[in-house]
Amino acid sequence: MSEWRDDIFDCLQEAGVRQVAYVPDAGHARLIDRCHEANGMRAVSLTTEEDGVALMAGAWLGGDKGVMLMQSSGVGNTINMLSLVKNCQFPLVTLVTMRGEWGEWNTWQVPMGQTTQQHFEVAGVICYRCDKPEDVKETVATALRFAYYTNSAVAVLLGQRLIGAKIFPED
Amino acid sequence: MTALNRREIVAKLLADRGNDLLVVPSLGQACYDCMAAGDSPQTFYMWGAMGGAVPVALGLAIAQPDKRVICIAGDGELLMGLGALAATAAEAPANFAIACLDNERYGETGQQHTATGRGANLTAIAAGAGFGTAMMVTTEDEVAAGVKACRETPGPVFVTFKVDDAPEEAAIPPKDGAYLKSRFREAVVGKI
Ligand SMILES: Cc1ncc(C[n+]2csc(CCOP(=O)(O)OP(=O)(O)O)c2C)c(N)n1
Ligand SMILES: [Mg+2]
Repeated sequence: MSEWRDDIFDCLQEAGVRQVAYVPDAGHARLIDRCHEANGMRAVSLTTEEDGVALMAGAWLGGDKGVMLMQSSGVGNTINMLSLVKNCQFPLVTLVTMRGEWGEWNTWQVPMGQTTQQHFEVAGVICYRCDKPEDVKETVATALRFAYYTNSAVAVLLGQRLIGAKIFPED
Repeated sequence: MTALNRREIVAKLLADRGNDLLVVPSLGQACYDCMAAGDSPQTFYMWGAMGGAVPVALGLAIAQPDKRVICIAGDGELLMGLGALAATAAEAPANFAIACLDNERYGETGQQHTATGRGANLTAIAAGAGFGTAMMVTTEDEVAAGVKACRETPGPVFVTFKVDDAPEEAAIPPKDGAYLKSRFREAVVGKI
């Protein structure tokens, strides 16, 4: 399994992240497993991504740093809940596995995947992109520091070229 | 429908709250009820983010396991985020309760009927989601037990209070989000 996912896990540990909210994505599967197994970390499975945004706010109110994992199609579910982050100046870090871009096969992923960054930016979330494994560690570490130091909302978009497109049988 | 008074219920839920009770009321009337019972930095008023009160309170309960966390939520609020009941029950926070002020209406927006007056039973939904304690309070006799469950019974606890649909006078809490966050963190975490 590729090492950059372990780099992300190391970044979360070094930053002292205690709550990891997620709605599953295959691209995050290994990281999710590692977070569930880690001491001092609580991985919380949610039924919709907007709840992850709200959970992160509650975690911060109680003194916990958090990170939210989701895939790009979940970004559309978060929009109104991001008003909570903006109004209250909550720090937010979300790591988004991209679909609907490089090498995509499933048409239904394309509309959200192609507009993920625009939706985030309109809602006040700063976007960092990662397409190369060697960039992941520095980008995630920087996103964590920046968000917590400046009460900002930051998304790291992990490109489909990095993750590897899901292969489907030929139709 | 019996007519419990929402202000009296909330006043009882928050009576002698001290520093160890953390409260997240959902947008609209639940916030006014909490304000009328007495403002506190340990109340995080939601002025929007409808459907988000339960997951905010859940993240808080996980972060502060030694303090009691009560989410005081409207029926409309909970109906918008039913999935959060399943997620909360799965996490099973022992310090967490949801008190639903069920007026069977979207009161804040003009008293439109919600699904709870048309067949939906939030207590049954919470029980089905996995809440170990899920109660329905419809009469004055049952109020004390419902309040006690919210304050003391190991969670996750869910209590529906069937309340009168007559709106109360608005008691307006602070609405600057950054201020609400900072004063809450200062009081609970000791730093902004
Ligand atoms: C996402 C979203 N949709 C709709 C609204 C409009 N809205 C504000 S309060 C409210 C009703 C709340 O009902 P309930 O939670 O039952 O509270 P009540 O006033 O009845 O106590 C609605 C629909 C909103 N603020 N946000
Ligand atoms: Mg209502």
